[in-house]
Amino acid sequence: MKTKTRLTLFVMTVVLAAGTYSLAQMSDHIYTSQVIETGSRVYVRHCALCHGPDGSWVEGIDLARGRFHLAVSDEDLRRAILSGAADGRMPAVNLSEADLAGIIAYIRTGFEPEGSAVAIGNVLRGRGLFEGKGECTACHRVNGRGPRTAPDLSDIGAIRTPGALQRSLIAPASALLPINRAVTIVTRDGEKITGRRLNEDTYTVQLIDAEERLRSLVKSNLVSYEISATPTHEPTSLSSDEVADVIAYLLALRGQL
Amino acid sequence: MRVVALFCLAAIVLSSDRVIAEVDFERILHAAEEPHNWLTYNGGYSSQRYSKLKQITRRNVDKLELKWILQNQVFGAWQSNPIIVDGIMYLTERPNDVMAVDAVTGRVFWIYRHTPAANTQVCCGANNRGVAVLGDKVYSGTLDGSLIALDRINGKLLWSVEVGDVNLAYSVTMAPIAVKDKIIVGVGGGEYGIRGYVVAYDAASGEQAWKFYTIPGPGEPGHDTWQGDDWEHGGAPVWITGSFDPALNLTYWGVGNPGPDWNAGQRPGDNLYSDSVVALDADSGELKWHFQFTPNDGYDYDSVQVPVLVDRDWQGKPAKLMLWANRNGYFYVLDRVTGKFLLGKPFVKVNWSSGLDENGRPIPTPQPDGMPTWPGNQGGTNWYPPSYSPRTDLFYFSAWEDYATIYQAIEQEYVPGGLFLGGGFSVKVPVHGAPTIGIGRTWPINYWTDEVGHASLMAMDPDTGQAVWKYEQFDVSDSGMLTTASDLLFTGGREGYLHALDARNGKLLWKVALGGQIVMAPVTYMVAGVQFVTVISGNAMATFALQD
Repeated sequence: MKTKTRLTLFVMTVVLAAGTYSLAQMSDHIYTSQVIETGSRVYVRHCALCHGPDGSWVEGIDLARGRFHLAVSDEDLRRAILSGAADGRMPAVNLSEADLAGIIAYIRTGFEPEGSAVAIGNVLRGRGLFEGKGECTACHRVNGRGPRTAPDLSDIGAIRTPGALQRSLIAPASALLPINRAVTIVTRDGEKITGRRLNEDTYTVQLIDAEERLRSLVKSNLVSYEISATPTHEPTSLSSDEVADVIAYLLALRGQL
Repeated sequence: MRVVALFCLAAIVLSSDRVIAEVDFERILHAAEEPHNWLTYNGGYSSQRYSKLKQITRRNVDKLELKWILQNQVFGAWQSNPIIVDGIMYLTERPNDVMAVDAVTGRVFWIYRHTPAANTQVCCGANNRGVAVLGDKVYSGTLDGSLIALDRINGKLLWSVEVGDVNLAYSVTMAPIAVKDKIIVGVGGGEYGIRGYVVAYDAASGEQAWKFYTIPGPGEPGHDTWQGDDWEHGGAPVWITGSFDPALNLTYWGVGNPGPDWNAGQRPGDNLYSDSVVALDADSGELKWHFQFTPNDGYDYDSVQVPVLVDRDWQGKPAKLMLWANRNGYFYVLDRVTGKFLLGKPFVKVNWSSGLDENGRPIPTPQPDGMPTWPGNQGGTNWYPPSYSPRTDLFYFSAWEDYATIYQAIEQEYVPGGLFLGGGFSVKVPVHGAPTIGIGRTWPINYWTDEVGHASLMAMDPDTGQAVWKYEQFDVSDSGMLTTASDLLFTGGREGYLHALDARNGKLLWKVALGGQIVMAPVTYMVAGVQFVTVISGNAMATFALQD
């Protein structure tokens, strides 16, 4: 990994997976890219073997996306790292203050040491754009409203980093997760099915079709099965300020906890 | 059916003659001649995982039905391989239990519970892979670095010896192997800066008979492939059961990665005998020959695959061969008398090396920082046991295709008992932040998809190093192989299907969805004239036989 000499300010809005969410509880953390990079080295050395390169290997925990068993605050993370956690299944790791600050920054910024600063705007304006001009609700559902054909975004702020949300809006082809790819299927009976893939194995595929029906199909019964690499929406035409507002809104969607 | 009747008779004679039919060395030596049993981890000293049983055939395999399930009450990948002796199954289960099970009903006779020390460190899960049986004893390694001997009848502890220091993160995850009057094991800890070895104990007393360090000490040949004190904590673990050639009196062992794993620059030299196969005299442990697959490895390409011993013609002459699909992505044929390199061909995409020279030494082509390396960290294949069928003359194993990782090397100081990795890796994904393949599968939805890698069961022609056919899966597979004299090939995969294929052409004949990842190889055995096939899927061991 190259050492960055330029000091990029990485502004990360920290919203923790704890109970209720409100704007007042949000606190702005500023981590420098140097600190984050230190954290990435610490992570690789001490954490990655069990937590995995993307932080998701331990069941119920997704470090990059802020899902923890118990840790709520930075102080909780600090304690878990220094003292161990989960009845000894996570060993204590003795780190210097600098390494500790780094690893916490790395976790809080969603494992994006090279990430450019993501502008985060106004939640309320973002909601207006999401439901209006941005036409997001034509496909996406939030808190029980909207279609189910595209992924439900009610908890998207808890499971995506700001950088990933930004990419989804301005360059969707570089953000669409493989599992979510649109599929077009023709069965032996001549039925044509379009939908979004939910799961797949060697012999079967599960999807939600255009009529929001859950379908499970046996591949040997299909005449054709196409997986599209193209996202179903174009890069947004919203301005960069508007994109920042939509990201703020999406980050505020934390699900019903 | 005549063969079946003979087996029946044999079983009856054995059970009526003696209270317990001793499993002496002679019986293990001729394990292939009593296919109703499964007497070693890999079904016999040549480790072919080929059974002469043929009650289950290509024609009737679709009549298999579930006979019983045994549930492990402790969750996590269950990689154990059972041994079956005259209707009784001996196996390990999480966390470190040994048990005796009725192979017909799945009911448990006894459990010996070993609770590993609190400071036990095993890098990649509490995987004890099974036992060895010799005489009236069962032998098992422990995750906290001991070898234990149990009474085969009542499961009581007879002796326990320390194989390695748990405080320095030594562990025993492999199934021991019994050779003559000795029990032989290797040690795990390649991610913790151990100095690996293979060690033999007297089967009766537990007294150490010999010990071979997989990193030569000062003054020994090969020591100069290390610099400074790197050899003292250079890894080279041995965590998969080896093989034995009685005519040559040689045991063969695959040796794991050098440490720290991902910073090859920190330990200049070839780092013998990491990532090698070593041939050790069965009586003395003396090194007869070695062959190193990946010198100065920076990719964690452990060579802890099972050495598969095959006697067949090589270029028109009878030969004693060793077949080896390596984690580094190359398939090898070696002369197992001398260790001479005979053939090496990549079986998946390989870009860490541009090929092998005439001696089998790879020509390194390290990738620039941040660029993907094929095969990825889990390898083109790994520890899961292959199979060789003398009927088809094909070598079967699970490969990972289209799987690459990006390595990062970091200078790291060795701290006794601590992780010693020297960097890390990330899996190449189609978009930033996409889910990746883990060391095991713990989720029923495949979010990562085949875009980050998928399984390909390969049927390899040993003469050419080319796959005659492949059977692909959507997810990757850590499942081993089983072949039978009726040309059936049984294997699993992370999706939880147990498959029966035609070993000749790869045609799918039967499958059943068991729901949990299959991370070991199926075994087969026969009791009272009924052939069974057993496999562990998730937390359950499932046993099948033909419908009554």
